[in-house]
Amino acid sequence: MSAAILVFAAAAIFGIGAYGLLISRHVMRKLLALNLMLSAVFLLLIVVPAPIGGQPDPVPQALVLTGIVIAVSTTAFALALMVRLFGKQGHASIPSDLDPRVWRGRWRNSRDGPDPERNGAGAASGDKP
Amino acid sequence: MSQPALLTGLVLVPLLAALAAVAAPAGARRPIAVAASIAWPWLLIPLGGGVVRGDELSLAFGGWAPPLGIGWRLDALGLVLMSVHAVVGIAALPSAWQRFAPGAPDAVAFWPLWLILTAGINLALLAADLFNLYVALELTTLAAVALIASEDSIAALTAAMRYLLLAVAGSLMYVLGVGLVYAETGSLAMGTAVASGTAAFGNTALALMLTGLMVKAAIFPLHVWLPGAYRNAPGPVAAVLSAVVGKVALVAMWRVWFEAAVDPPAALATLLGGIGAVAIGYGALMAYVEPRLQAVIAWSSVSQFGFLLLLLPLAGTMAFQGAGFHLLTHGLAKAAMFLAAANIVVVLGSDTVRHLPGLDKRMPIEAFTLALAGVTLIGLPPSGGFTGKWMLLNAAWDQQGWFWLILIALSGLVSAAYVFRILALTCFHPARRAVHALHARPPMATSLAALLLALAAVMIGLYPHPVLDLLGQGVPGGGAGASP
Repeated sequence: MSAAILVFAAAAIFGIGAYGLLISRHVMRKLLALNLMLSAVFLLLIVVPAPIGGQPDPVPQALVLTGIVIAVSTTAFALALMVRLFGKQGHASIPSDLDPRVWRGRWRNSRDGPDPERNGAGAASGDKP
Repeated sequence: MSQPALLTGLVLVPLLAALAAVAAPAGARRPIAVAASIAWPWLLIPLGGGVVRGDELSLAFGGWAPPLGIGWRLDALGLVLMSVHAVVGIAALPSAWQRFAPGAPDAVAFWPLWLILTAGINLALLAADLFNLYVALELTTLAAVALIASEDSIAALTAAMRYLLLAVAGSLMYVLGVGLVYAETGSLAMGTAVASGTAAFGNTALALMLTGLMVKAAIFPLHVWLPGAYRNAPGPVAAVLSAVVGKVALVAMWRVWFEAAVDPPAALATLLGGIGAVAIGYGALMAYVEPRLQAVIAWSSVSQFGFLLLLLPLAGTMAFQGAGFHLLTHGLAKAAMFLAAANIVVVLGSDTVRHLPGLDKRMPIEAFTLALAGVTLIGLPPSGGFTGKWMLLNAAWDQQGWFWLILIALSGLVSAAYVFRILALTCFHPARRAVHALHARPPMATSLAALLLALAAVMIGLYPHPVLDLLGQGVPGGGAGASP
C-alpha cells in the first residue's frame, strides 16, 4: 500500500517538474524543474523493484547513487553555463522554440539581413586569427 | 598485449590524456590532446582484426560481473562507428589546431574537453549494459555541450543550454525505462529480454527508453536542439557532433530495439519508420529554405537521420547493412561539409548562401568538397551514400514494403533539392551580392582534411564489401526483431 502511495507521489512530482520545464523561461527555474523530475525518477527506481527475500535489492540503490552523482555534476555544469549566459546577455532566459518572434525572425532572414540567432557571430568570426 | 587490455585503451588513452592535459600548462595542452587523438585509433587495427575473425571481444572490469560491475564489448557496429569517429576526429584536428591555438579564448578548456568527448563516445559504443550506456551518454552530452559553448556567443550559449536541458530530460526518461527493465527482469545486460506485451512494464520501458534516446539522437520531432547546436558550434566540434555524437544515441536505439527488446510490436516499428519518413521530408524542406550554409547542413542531418530509423520496420541483414553503411558515409560526408563551411566562414566572414557567389573561384577546394559530399548525401552512384540507400531499397523490395521503397527512391530528390540549391547559388550565380572582404586563409591542411573526408565518403562506395561483410556478420539479435 505504501509503495502505491510513493508511486503516485513520484508520478505527481514528475508531472509538476515536466510542467515547470516546459513552461518556465528562466534557466534557473528549468533546472529546478529538471531536478524535481530526477527526484521522481530516483524515487520510482527505489520503490518499484521487488525486495529479494525481505531485503531491499542493492542494485537499484547503486544505480540511483550513480544517477545522483551524475545529476549533481550536470546541475553544477548547467549552473556554470547559466552564469556565463547571464554574463553575456544580461539575463538568464532562453527563448521558447515556439516563440513566434523566433519564427518570424527566421522567415525574415530567409530573404536577407542580419540573423538574430547568430548575433553577428559570422562577422565576429572573421576577426579571429 | 591481450585484446581486453587493448579494449581498455580505447577509453583510457583519451581519458588519461585529458587528465594530463588538465594538469599540464596551457601551452602543452594542444600537443598532448593531438597526440592522444592520433594515438588511440591505432588500437582499432588489432581489435578490428579480432572483430573480423569473429572473436568475442568483451571485458568485465576488475572481474566484477554486471549488473554491479562494468561490462564492455566491441561488436561490428561499434567498430564501424568507432572507425568513423577515429577518421573524423583526426580530420578535424587541423581545423581545431588552427582555431584553438594557445592564447585564443577558450583554448584552455577546449583540448581536455575534446579528449573527454572522445572517451565518452568510445565508452558509449563499448557499453554492454543499459545503465553503463546511460552513464556514457551523459558524459558524451556534457562534453559536447561544453564544446558547443566554447564558441563564446549568446547564440552558441543558448543553443548549448537548450541541448543540455533537452538531453538531460531525455536521459532521465531513458534511465526510468532502464529501472523498469531491471524491476522486471533483474538484469541490465543488453542481451536481456524485455519481453514486451506480456510483461507488466515491457512496453512502457521500451517506449521510455526509445523516447529518451530519440531526444539525444535528435530524431524528428525531438530534433529542436539540433540546428542551433550544430550551426553555432565551432567547425571541428560540429563535424564530430554530426558525424558521431548523434549517431551514438541512434546506435543505442538500435541496440535497445534489437538486443534488449524481444519481439517489439510491429505497429511500433511501423510508427518509428513513419517518423523517419516525416523526418526525411521535414529536414529536407527546412534545409531548402534555410539561408545559412551551416544551418542547411545541420537540417540535412535531421533529414538523413530519418533513414537510420527505417532499419526498424525493415529489420533484417540487408537493411542492417544498408543502415550501417549509411551511418558511415553520412558521418564522413557531413563532417567534410561542416569543416568546409567553417573555413568559408573564416575566409569570407559569412555563410549566408546568397552572399557566396563565385565560391568555386574563390575557394575551389571548399566548393569541391561541398559538391562531393552533396553527391553522397543525395545518394548518386557510385558514392557511398548510394550503396547504403541501395541496400535499404533492396531490403524494402524483398519484404514488399512498397511505401518504404517509394520513400527511399524519392528521398534522393528532396536531398538533391537542397544540395543543388547551395551549388546553384554559390557557383552558378552572378556575383552581385558577393562579400568582398577576404580574410586570412586558414592553412591548406584544413581544406585538404575536409576534401579527403568527402573523397573517402565517395570512394568507399566503390569498395563497399569489407564494410558490408563486417556489418553482415554482426547483425544485432541475429537479425531478429520486428518482422513485418
